[in-house]
This record gives sequence, structure tokens and C-alpha cells, in this order.
Amino acid sequence: MNWTTTPFEPLAGLAGGLLIGSSVVLLLYTLGRIAGISGIAAGAMTQHGIERYWRLAFIAGIVLSAVLYMVFVGDLQVQTQMSSAWLVVAGLLVGFGTRLGSGCTSGHGVAGLSRLSPRSIVATVTFMAAAIVTTNIIRHL
Amino acid sequence: MRAIIASLICGLLFGFGLIVSGMSNPARVLNFLDFSANWDATLAFVMGGAILVAAPGMFWVRKRSKPLFANKFDIPTSKTIDAKLILGSAAFGIGWGISGFCPGPAVVAIASLQTDVLLFVGAMIVGMLAQHWLKPKAA
Repeated sequence: MNWTTTPFEPLAGLAGGLLIGSSVVLLLYTLGRIAGISGIAAGAMTQHGIERYWRLAFIAGIVLSAVLYMVFVGDLQVQTQMSSAWLVVAGLLVGFGTRLGSGCTSGHGVAGLSRLSPRSIVATVTFMAAAIVTTNIIRHL
Repeated sequence: MRAIIASLICGLLFGFGLIVSGMSNPARVLNFLDFSANWDATLAFVMGGAILVAAPGMFWVRKRSKPLFANKFDIPTSKTIDAKLILGSAAFGIGWGISGFCPGPAVVAIASLQTDVLLFVGAMIVGMLAQHWLKPKAA
């Protein structure tokens, strides 16, 4: 199987990371909330009133960033590597798992690690390990 | 209204961060998780860069008495490490390892309007709602 290769770009990574970190700090500063995307996405569907609206605005901001990028900068590279059926299975696991585990790469991985939350440290080690094992089984077994 | 605008701006910043770093491309994320031949370590720099800002930033913000547009900080306080945390995180990790999508990048990728991305996001929403409906209601 030929997997799409991508170049190692530490500076672009660092720049993107600084933007993401700034977003996390700004959301805490203005709304007092943790920028965890899985919780925000789920709450945008299940909460009501202002609790729903600020979450919808955050999700809209993410989608808008991609639209603005495509209009003013160029192509948005999204290269999926698996079949549609596998992506559906993965989507179900990501949706259910992030809610059961109360967070994903942003809420646990960035915000949680930043405040040294023990739950987030355990969660991050767990999902990183599970992801590495899964990808390597798919690609090398 | 100010809260809504602030949240929208935070979403924009977050999305741009994912796009600039190429995290919205699942191929790049999977090439981080797969340490073999063509390892792409960019993801580690994204996490590092984000924590570099968020760790001191959150520490500083939390010393304030309250947020700008809300009455109080709403930060998880639980320290209980239970089966739900481990099983949920493991399930998420398996799905992430299959697809290369975690929730943020998946939302960014919606804009590509690729059928496979929309299928992933649809399934992710179903998974989130299923967990919401299945969980025992707090007494």
C-alpha cells in the first residue's frame, strides 16, 4: 500500500501550535471555558440557549477559517488514507470515545496537559498509545 | 453578544492554527503516528507550540477573579481516573489511528466538502449523540 508522504515542517507546526495555544488562552480569558473541540461540538448539539450559541460560534469560526483560507490563500489539503467504510467506523469511535473520555487532543492534549491535570495526562497517554498501535497495525501487519 | 464574537474569534484562531500546521490533513497526522520510513514529526511541534503558549497563559488567566464576559471560570476539577476515561480515550485513539482525524481537524476538513470527510463527521456526530443518549442521567 502506498501511503501519502508529507514533509516534516517544524516551523509551520510551531506557528500553528502558537495559534492554537492563543485560542485556548483567549477562550479562557473571555468566556472562562476550556477549548476542547469534542466537548464544544457535542454541546453545540445538546445544550440550550447561550450554552449552545457560544459553542456554535466556535465551531462556525473553525469552519470559517477553512473557507477564508481556501478563498484567500489556496488549496486546503485533506488527503484521507482509508476507505469510506473505515472512515465511518473511525468517526463513530472518535465521537463516542471523546465523549466517554471527556475530551480529545485539544481539551486533554493541549489545555489539560498545560494545567497538568492528572486525568488529562492519563487520557493523552492512552489515546496517543492507542493511535500509534492502531496506525502501525494497519500499515505494517 | 460579546461572548459569541469572542468565541467565533477563538474558533478562527484555532482553525487557522490547524491549517497552518497541516493538522487538517489526515495524511500528515498518520505519518506522525507511524514512526517508520517517512516519519513526519510536525504534530509534536504543534502540541509543543500550543502548550508553550497555553501553560503560562492559562496560569496567568486563572489568577484573575473572573473571565471578561462570564461570571466564573468553568474548569474541570475531577481528579478521578476511572474506566470511562481510559476506555473512552482508547476508543478515540483507535478511531484517530484509523482515520488521522480528531474532532478539530475534522471540523476544518468539512470545508473541503469531500464525501469521505462528511461521512466521517456524520459518524462522529452520531457517536457523540449516542454517548449522550446512553449515559445514565445524573440523579
